[in-house]
Amino acid sequence: MNEKRTVYLDHAAATPLDPQVKEAMLPYLGEQYGNPSAIYAPGRIAREALDNARETVAQALNCTAAEIMFTGSGTESANLAIFGVARGYRRDQVTAAGATRDLVTKGHIITTNIEHHAVLNSCKALQNDGFEVTYLKVDHDGLVTAEQFKAAIRPDTILISIMYANNEIGTIEPIHELTRAMQERKKELGRKPNDPPFFHTDACQAAGYLDIDVKSLGVDPVRGRSPQGDRSTASSGVASSGVDLMTINGSKIYGPKGTGALFVRRGLKLQPLIYGGGQEMKLRSGTENVAGIVGLATALKIATQLRDKEGQRLIALRDQLLTGIMDRIPKVVLNGHATKRLPNNVDVSILDIEGEAMLLYLDEHGIYVSTGSACDSQALDPSHVILALGKPYEFAHGSIRFTLGRATSAADIDYVLDVLSQIVSTLRKISPVRIDVNATGITAKTAFVGDGLPHFVKQQSNRGKKDRL
Amino acid sequence: MIITPSDLKTSDVVHPTTGQKWVYSDVARDHFFNPRNLMLKDPKDGEYDAVGVVGSPACGDVMTMWLKIDKADERIYKLKWRTFGCGSAIAATSMFSAMVMENGGRTIDEALKITPQDITERLGGLPGRKIHCSVLADKAFRKAINNYFRTTHQHQRIVVEGAKVIDTVLNITDRDIEEAVLEGATTLEEVQNKLKVGVGSPESIPELEQLIRFYSEKYYDG
Repeated sequence: MNEKRTVYLDHAAATPLDPQVKEAMLPYLGEQYGNPSAIYAPGRIAREALDNARETVAQALNCTAAEIMFTGSGTESANLAIFGVARGYRRDQVTAAGATRDLVTKGHIITTNIEHHAVLNSCKALQNDGFEVTYLKVDHDGLVTAEQFKAAIRPDTILISIMYANNEIGTIEPIHELTRAMQERKKELGRKPNDPPFFHTDACQAAGYLDIDVKSLGVDPVRGRSPQGDRSTASSGVASSGVDLMTINGSKIYGPKGTGALFVRRGLKLQPLIYGGGQEMKLRSGTENVAGIVGLATALKIATQLRDKEGQRLIALRDQLLTGIMDRIPKVVLNGHATKRLPNNVDVSILDIEGEAMLLYLDEHGIYVSTGSACDSQALDPSHVILALGKPYEFAHGSIRFTLGRATSAADIDYVLDVLSQIVSTLRKISPVRIDVNATGITAKTAFVGDGLPHFVKQQSNRGKKDRL
Repeated sequence: MIITPSDLKTSDVVHPTTGQKWVYSDVARDHFFNPRNLMLKDPKDGEYDAVGVVGSPACGDVMTMWLKIDKADERIYKLKWRTFGCGSAIAATSMFSAMVMENGGRTIDEALKITPQDITERLGGLPGRKIHCSVLADKAFRKAINNYFRTTHQHQRIVVEGAKVIDTVLNITDRDIEEAVLEGATTLEEVQNKLKVGVGSPESIPELEQLIRFYSEKYYDG
């Protein structure tokens, strides 16, 4: 057998550990095992590593070190942000101020219908606990608008959680416009900066590619700050925007898995999720994962340095891949916004064929990608993100995501295009359906006669009736 | 140590806590990459004796199966299929088609005895949440056979599980009505043109009209 070429194009799922990151972590996996809470020398060494890491992350985010909490994953950061704010600002706990006991809800939360499950399921859990949640519906490109968002903010809104860039379709949300809209609304409601609502953004996918200055993020996401890093201009020029909380994940930026960070703006009072010895400003007890934290900080520093150059390189490769697919394969639909998208993301629905089969055929050729097909999920649900774009489930069933990375080359893209077009024609021969590119409903209706409609299609129509997600 | 994909034992990787197999066996892989009895060219009208189309409520897969049947001894001498489905659906249907075609083709009654469990077993197992993919092949086959019984006027042999028979003479069920409506027939006359339903059993017509109205509203109104 010939030596097989391998092309890893699932960087939104996991990135390889940068060798420099590994190097930086090694001492803390070996001889430097001290507990950072201890005051003797080995403890102080670990403490210093932590402090430096926190400072590094703070610099990348243009905030103070005291505003950075380290956690065990992006998911945990998002949970801490959402439950932390909800429990810290629930409206039924205030008694000193007077009559708040008779409130119908404990508080109102706004999010979108394309968030990662870390956010969506946290919101659902709070909903079951008596909080009210509005799921903003995105448009056919996956965008929410500032107008739509502003109209959703109520006097009892305590938290907003809207992702910076979507993990599946790569769409970049207009965070700058959204945060500005929130500030305007807060002013109208007579709220001070440290009064709710607060704005959390999940920046797990964005951190490696977009501007993550918490005070100005989203102003010019792809270009970001100038390479010289003139921070004062960036922050003072747009003082009325910025986010209150931001989630970062180490394993998406060439850092170690099991590491996350949460920016919590000074002045916010969150309730912890994990109680114990009071580490991480009492928000996340437990002995710190020193090696992991050092790894995350190093990874973020490198990502920030490479961002502009790597972003431009990836945009060229991304467009080469997308144009190649569109030119060579008929009946392909791009999912997500054409230009407001992550530099490394191509997500397409290749009609008439199913994603898991496509994924396995590509795997056989050493190409590793992901799909929004129902068949590839544990619950057999197709991607909620593709469905949220207003497309029939068959589009999700045939969706495929390529996320490029630092090792991706133009030759890799050529190889992928050659293999993919062969595979698509093979799998189209296997398929009995012929889906219309402009379809809005199920194509093979008669196949589902009886009570046999796909369960997620039924769910969708039920949801529509209740005007929820 | 560097682990490469060829080091993975694809046939016996088992989920550590549930014990479920979550990758495909070598047999399943072979059927997946080299599907047997695939319908390659679009068939001409009437080229096959029977056809069945079904969908999976679990995951939204769609399957079509075509049959050629020797009317004298009821031997299925050709079975072709296509699927809009995942690796398991492709492998299971390919295996099912190979099983029906064994020894020059099984008879209808023999083929109807093949269960989804038989298919899964011959494939060397399927991941737990993919078992329904083998059921889909079985369902498509049963539907094609019913279609054959209808076109050969053997209405008494039609068996549709979980459906309500509306016309006892022709053994037409509520699902047949639903399907006719989905194909565009929305009046009694149009449905009768398709199915001849109620012609031999006028007492079924009131219920029939009710069903047509129900399904028309379900699919075409609002």
